[in-house]
Amino acid sequence: MPSVCFYFQIHQPLRLRHYTFFDIHSDHEYEHREQNRETLQRVTERCYLPVNRIILNLIKKYRGDFRVAFSITGTILEQFEKYRRDAIESFQRLADTGCVEFINETYYHSLAFLFSSREFKEQVISHRNKVKTLFGQNPKTFWHTELIYNNDLARMVEKMGYAAVLAEGTERVLGWRSPNYVYRPAGCHKLKLLLRNYRLSDDISFRFSDRKWSEYPLTADKYARWVHAAGKTGDVINLFMDYETFGEHLRGDAGVFDFLRSLPGEIMKHPNFRFQTPAEVAGEYEPVARLDVPHFVSWADVERDLSAWLGNALQKDAMHTLYGLESKVRRRKSEELLRVWRMLQTSDHFYYMCTKWFADGDVHGHFNPYASPYDAYINYMNILDDFSGFMEKKERSA
Amino acid sequence: MFGWEFPPHMSGGLGTACFGITKALSGLGHGVIFVIPRMNAGDEPSHVELVSASKVPVPKQLFYEGILKRIDVRHVDSLLRPYMTQGQYASLLRKQYYHLPVRRRYDRGKKGYVFLDISEKYGPDLISEVLRYSKVACVIGKSHTFDVIHAHDWMTVFAAMNAKKVSGKPFVLHVHSLEFDRSGEHINRNIYDIERYGMESADHIIAVSHYTKNIITTRYGISPDKISVVHNAVSRTEAGRSYHIEKEPDRKIVLFLGRITFQKGPDYFVEAASLVLNELPEVTFVMAGAGDMMPRMVERVAELGIGKNFHFTGFLQGSEVERVFTMSDLYVMPSVSEPFGISPLEAMLYDVPVIISRQSGVSEILRHALKVDFWDVKEMANKMIAVLKYPDLVEEMVERSREELKNIHWETAAQQIAKVYRLAGV
Repeated sequence: MPSVCFYFQIHQPLRLRHYTFFDIHSDHEYEHREQNRETLQRVTERCYLPVNRIILNLIKKYRGDFRVAFSITGTILEQFEKYRRDAIESFQRLADTGCVEFINETYYHSLAFLFSSREFKEQVISHRNKVKTLFGQNPKTFWHTELIYNNDLARMVEKMGYAAVLAEGTERVLGWRSPNYVYRPAGCHKLKLLLRNYRLSDDISFRFSDRKWSEYPLTADKYARWVHAAGKTGDVINLFMDYETFGEHLRGDAGVFDFLRSLPGEIMKHPNFRFQTPAEVAGEYEPVARLDVPHFVSWADVERDLSAWLGNALQKDAMHTLYGLESKVRRRKSEELLRVWRMLQTSDHFYYMCTKWFADGDVHGHFNPYASPYDAYINYMNILDDFSGFMEKKERSA
Repeated sequence: MFGWEFPPHMSGGLGTACFGITKALSGLGHGVIFVIPRMNAGDEPSHVELVSASKVPVPKQLFYEGILKRIDVRHVDSLLRPYMTQGQYASLLRKQYYHLPVRRRYDRGKKGYVFLDISEKYGPDLISEVLRYSKVACVIGKSHTFDVIHAHDWMTVFAAMNAKKVSGKPFVLHVHSLEFDRSGEHINRNIYDIERYGMESADHIIAVSHYTKNIITTRYGISPDKISVVHNAVSRTEAGRSYHIEKEPDRKIVLFLGRITFQKGPDYFVEAASLVLNELPEVTFVMAGAGDMMPRMVERVAELGIGKNFHFTGFLQGSEVERVFTMSDLYVMPSVSEPFGISPLEAMLYDVPVIISRQSGVSEILRHALKVDFWDVKEMANKMIAVLKYPDLVEEMVERSREELKNIHWETAAQQIAKVYRLAGV
């Protein structure tokens, strides 16, 4: 009996304000509060609230047979708490149904795993605590920022007590194998690995509104037929995507809300199919094989590697400068400094500095506050310069 | 084709563009008759100096030989120079008069008639000189066979229209620069009228950027359907890498290169330089070029007390330009209004990172340049400092710019121009 596993990523970074060289040493405010608030308001109205309502209705309508999973980052939860309590309450109502699993990740949607295991663990724990406080769940599933994954991450995640981890179902990882089964990460004994079916996932998130696509327009019954076909030779179809796909990337009035409303019914028309959350899938299915992933994979771009965040000289310089400050920050023993340093770790800041997709003016510009990756780098480095100097000053005066 | 300047005699971007365009057009198999005004072209009584291609004084560089085969350059004796104003024309006219041999000066006897004497050769003012130059076109239009008339900017509008009158061939106006770019809001009404007249009469218009196309539609009321955008490109010269200069790593040089006029925004460069020098006192700023704003710039530099780090080179040519690009660590084009702007592309050929004004056509095609609004001096200084301070930024920009330049060719522009000829009815 194949399962369909819906997982949604929910995240907004704390965007940085325009910060010039002349602000260094004089202004220690880095966040673009206005823009962050406006973006959050807009996306809450367009996506989070209406889509939550649709999902809640679906859960009620199918009496618990429709189930989904969310990962909501710490950075957006904090912004909700500040500006939109109603969004938190809306997610809490979903949590109360018992049909929604909350997944764990790094609080700041960071790449700390690549640079500092101590920092990584601390961020995972603070996210875990946040989820527990707000939604009353103790997460069993882990996903890393932007679906970044390799053997080392899996081993670390297993040690931290998780039952399942998510990764991209790319051919680079799978070879001839299918993403529609549960695997066992190399070097792990209990942890289960769920792989994103990127074709079916991207049919919704990237191709839904593409008029040049031969399958346009995508209807729920057509999509359900594809899911049914994929399920013939598999245990689980993992559909992972950004929650903002619904209502923000794709406008609700473009038909994506109706699509979402009718999809569960269409899928469950086939009596063998049901919905499960990642932890439920992990609890039910045994791994069909061991999967060895020595190199990092992610869900970003065609390369499906780290190059979206660490692909060029700008990103490497910024990232190494940032993590080079770790011991200095920790020595200060200041919650506030630690918070600022962590806010600067959010992967989006580095994503904005990406120059590879820049050449073809890609869709990835969504939510990007900068006109160019160079502007992003200059702004970020000015802030790091100030932050670093500010800490030294505190050190001297302390 | 009617132009203002052509190698080897040229001073600005228009000559560079005409050279690139004609070279690429001839590469596509099109023949080009190129008509340009040139001072002291000869003493013949005729208005037209018909020089066959083989007699055109051309430098011996190899790359000229092949290209000029299909390009027939004709010089017209005239005082017209690119980017000229009425005042400059008058002063050039006076200069020209003083340089004339004494016997010609007194041809008509009395001193008081000197001006009239000169006027037999050149027009008494800029506009009449433009009209005089245009008469040449009737001769060329009758005596040659061609399929399309391609004119560059306002000075050649009348010439093109005369050629159209006698030949009945379609007229394409190529807009490289407008009166609004050169003069801001204080436009010369006569020139504006000629520009608009040319645009209205042309069968099709080529704009060097969307930026310029937008000005043509909004300020001149021309239908956008009649305007095609063809971006300029840059020619690679083999001489490009011949200079090898050991750069002092601690002595960074920031370059401005262009006419020191309102249009090019030299004042914003000076103000930004002063802000940068407050933070990084070891940087050197170079302003290469000449123009009517130069005295004011020198004065302002002195006022700001940054003369020690700020150099004026005067007008640079040929190898001097190559040399200054090679020496530079950053090229800044702070233009107030730049229809295109080829020079940032040239800087990129020398692996120099560039900051360009958003008010420029070239910013439409460059992704790996830093962009600023020309008036935002603080942001300009911020970006200058970033380039001077972060080697990784320079590395990334230069690396990506090399890739970007690979896709910028005059051949592409020429193909688009050939398409425009068909639109115009060829």
